[in-house]
Amino acid sequence: MALIRKKKSKETPPVSTASLPDIVFMLLFFFMVTTTMREVTLLVRLKKPKATEMQKLDRKDLTTYIYMGAPKNPNIYGSEPRIQLDDQLGNIGDIQSFVILKREEINEAERPKFTVSIKADIDVKMGLISDLKQELRKAQALKISYSTNPAASPEELYKTY
Amino acid sequence: MGRKKRSTPEINAGSMADIAFLLLIFFLVTTTMDVDKGLMVKLAPWTDEPPPEDNKIKEKNIFVVLVNSNNQLLVEDDYLSIDQLRSAAKDFINNNGDGTCSECNGLRSPASSDNPQKAIISLQNDRGTSYQMFVKVRNEILGAYSELRNELSERKYGRSFPTLNEEDRSVIAGIYPQFISEAEPISVGK
Repeated sequence: MALIRKKKSKETPPVSTASLPDIVFMLLFFFMVTTTMREVTLLVRLKKPKATEMQKLDRKDLTTYIYMGAPKNPNIYGSEPRIQLDDQLGNIGDIQSFVILKREEINEAERPKFTVSIKADIDVKMGLISDLKQELRKAQALKISYSTNPAASPEELYKTY
Repeated sequence: MGRKKRSTPEINAGSMADIAFLLLIFFLVTTTMDVDKGLMVKLAPWTDEPPPEDNKIKEKNIFVVLVNSNNQLLVEDDYLSIDQLRSAAKDFINNNGDGTCSECNGLRSPASSDNPQKAIISLQNDRGTSYQMFVKVRNEILGAYSELRNELSERKYGRSFPTLNEEDRSVIAGIYPQFISEAEPISVGK
């Protein structure tokens, strides 16, 4: 008994750090897997407008993106602004079914939070955007967000271009 | 023979953790996803029939902002530049013509809105308006609301609007509700 007590008081056993790399690797893999971004390749030129009063879209899984702008490859697609749905250029008529399809993918309880983020180029005319808005209204996708980049100050926006 | 017997030297795994940490931090830093930010808008539900002509909204409770295809502003029949829009919209919302809004400190002009609950901002643009201009105008209108809410929040709670808790925020938002209408565009001129 006395012997055991003596041993204990003498030295603390070193904590084994051999498993530490495993733990860290596990974390590493976790982050590598979860942060896979599903980005589309942009077929249109996109320079987003700037604004100051924006809100963050925090639920990516509830958001569908619609891109608008002049095609990057005007020889094939022409120079007029077009709408990009996922990985291909679409027409105004395709939007309703696209949005409805996207909304079907999310579970029913969260469907009211479904948001369409419009990522349009600054040079797009409002005519096309309005057509898009009408289609979204018909598809009952009423929560939309005009995607913008942050501006340093409101004064920056007052400059004429 | 016994002297020659060599044990394979153990590889020091102590630095392994450091390497892994380095990788971890690298991935954490590089995979910062660009958080999508934007101006949130709620669209009106689609109806086939045109809206009734004789709606009971008084003319003075509507703040009409028109943007033409040359990206020029016409606000309440006045030509304004974009930097004047915010204060004009603030004056309109905060006007408090009938005095029902006890928290407002507006001008109380009889020609402008009755109170913030009734004040509607109508934004109408041409099909030829550029998206950039539209976003700017939209931003100024939203900015007018957020400035008013901020000012009220500072007066009432001594803190800015975004730092308030959920309950206080809804009180402020109730005093200055956002009524912005985006009308269907008209097509005039090229």
